[in-house]
Amino acid sequence: MASLFLGLCFLAPLLLVLGVSVASRGLYGGVEWIGTLENYRRMADPLIGAIFLRSILFAGLTTGVCAVVGFPLAYCMARASHRWQWLLLTLVMIPFWTNFLVRTYAWILILRADGVLNSTLMQLGIQSEPLTLLFTDAAVCVGLVYGYLPFMVLPLVVAIERISPQLEEAARDLYATTGSMIRHIVLPLSKPGFLAGGALVFIPSVGAFITPYLLGGGKQMMVGTLIQQEFLVSRDWPFGSALSFGLMGTVLLLWFLVSRTLSRREAQ
Amino acid sequence: MTTTVELKNVVKTHGVVTAVDRVSLKIGRGEFFSILGPSGSGKTTILRLIAGLDVPDQGDIFIQERVVTSDPPHARPVNMVSQHYALFPHMTVFENVAFGLKMRRKRPRDIQQAVKQMLAMVRLEGKAPRFPGQLSGGEQQRVALARALVNHPVVLLLDEPLAALDQRLRQEMQGELKRLQQEVKATFICVTHQQDEALMLSDRLAVMHGGKILQVGTPQEIYEQPESTTVAKFIGLSNSLSGTITRIEDGLCWVKHEAFPQVVVKCPPHGSEQGPVTVMIRPERLHVSGEPPAKGYENTIPAILHQTVFNGNEIFYHLRLRNEAIWIARVPIDETHTRPLAIGQAVYLQWSPSEGLALSH
Repeated sequence: MASLFLGLCFLAPLLLVLGVSVASRGLYGGVEWIGTLENYRRMADPLIGAIFLRSILFAGLTTGVCAVVGFPLAYCMARASHRWQWLLLTLVMIPFWTNFLVRTYAWILILRADGVLNSTLMQLGIQSEPLTLLFTDAAVCVGLVYGYLPFMVLPLVVAIERISPQLEEAARDLYATTGSMIRHIVLPLSKPGFLAGGALVFIPSVGAFITPYLLGGGKQMMVGTLIQQEFLVSRDWPFGSALSFGLMGTVLLLWFLVSRTLSRREAQ
Repeated sequence: MTTTVELKNVVKTHGVVTAVDRVSLKIGRGEFFSILGPSGSGKTTILRLIAGLDVPDQGDIFIQERVVTSDPPHARPVNMVSQHYALFPHMTVFENVAFGLKMRRKRPRDIQQAVKQMLAMVRLEGKAPRFPGQLSGGEQQRVALARALVNHPVVLLLDEPLAALDQRLRQEMQGELKRLQQEVKATFICVTHQQDEALMLSDRLAVMHGGKILQVGTPQEIYEQPESTTVAKFIGLSNSLSGTITRIEDGLCWVKHEAFPQVVVKCPPHGSEQGPVTVMIRPERLHVSGEPPAKGYENTIPAILHQTVFNGNEIFYHLRLRNEAIWIARVPIDETHTRPLAIGQAVYLQWSPSEGLALSH
């Protein structure tokens, strides 16, 4: 049953994309089933490499910011009373009830020159001129962090809940201040949460296309945006498929490298 | 006796429950002090208050004559070994033991030496690079002790230190705890619900019930002269009989119960007016006989043998009294009769006046 489900919903589409990635583009944009590796060869272009690198950096930055912002939130949630925990969980989940596109547009309203943030700053007299916030790298990063923060928080809550409060008390009894207790006890023991959350944030961020397009103004090309354009604008499905596989391969390679580094450190 | 830890009128409530109810206590330097009580009697809360993990609602706590009531745990010269040890699972034995010294920014070379010495003291020299998950329960217990003692605390707090160990290890660790305490010369405060543990280990002990301290004394005082029926019951005096004092003479009381002949026992420790009392007799002091009263025992009451429980070197007789109460007598094997008592047989329970104690309500 499980293999049927996986085969039908996961493997078949993947194989289809793999098939298209080694086919040729038709004269007017269709797929012609002439086998070629040309699509993969085209990816060796330094321009494409730069786009991949930029996407990985953005996703890495997003993951890092999510971890830094998400940890205190997750810690408070994990150590809150049951009623508070339920309330906070609901608050974290509520944005998901609205369409992602609508929420991204909302950020445009906040960030643009005459937007909520700028007009507030000017009314308070902190700024005399509006700041350029929209269509910047920072705006893309803010949008990505906003979109994927819950995916970091939820695994972290689970991981922190598993750490016995007795360990924290033992650390405090052994002269640890709250800060050093967090650093030496809670952070290292939350590692499974950081790993799961990191993967859940990094993977969608690296392929994100709506956020860079809407909040970055499409000025900086990202892998996700590129793939979307190959499919919908250039109508070059085979190259788009090859790029998708390239992205998948890159993520798998990174995942392999990270897990190997971590297990090596553990073995020491 | 110099006082190391003092509690003055300490009150601590958890919601609507009063966990600790106006407790005052003085614990001397270098004492092995136990707090004995059933679960929920507030004994663990007292430890947490001394450690600084809880703050009292009222009253004050002194350590070495300094008020520490609202000091955080890391500012107190006190360390605690919790019931489940709470060893840090991601650190080796060495790192666990070194933790407190590292937090106090001791020099790495000194830490190295102190941890090594401490691990030798608890006989875990070879286990330094292991992780807690690779150790047996007894070894984990000793790591927890080492982790606390390496800081040279003025007071070591132990929460049910032996509860998680099996019978054999428990006996071994009892000796170990005593030895460690004499070696480090710190004050040990130990919380337990095992009366034999408290009696064996302690220099003095307090019996707690319902958030209150009922009696404080040496093990012998508590065992020989319990001041209330609750203390007596907790310390193993399970046989009781309520009655009324009819006569008092030379510290002995004559107690009357409508179903039995009059019995003579020791009088209540505090004041002995005539009135209702409970007579308590230890199981090992009861003499059980199938034949009518022998000489030398002044108290005799009839009973029916209800059940016999054999325990290797002694026999426990469960006896049904005329008022339906069940008493227990503990008899060493070599004292039992050649002809064993049969279940359902009528027997006579006998004891001399000094073996029984009357306690006022």
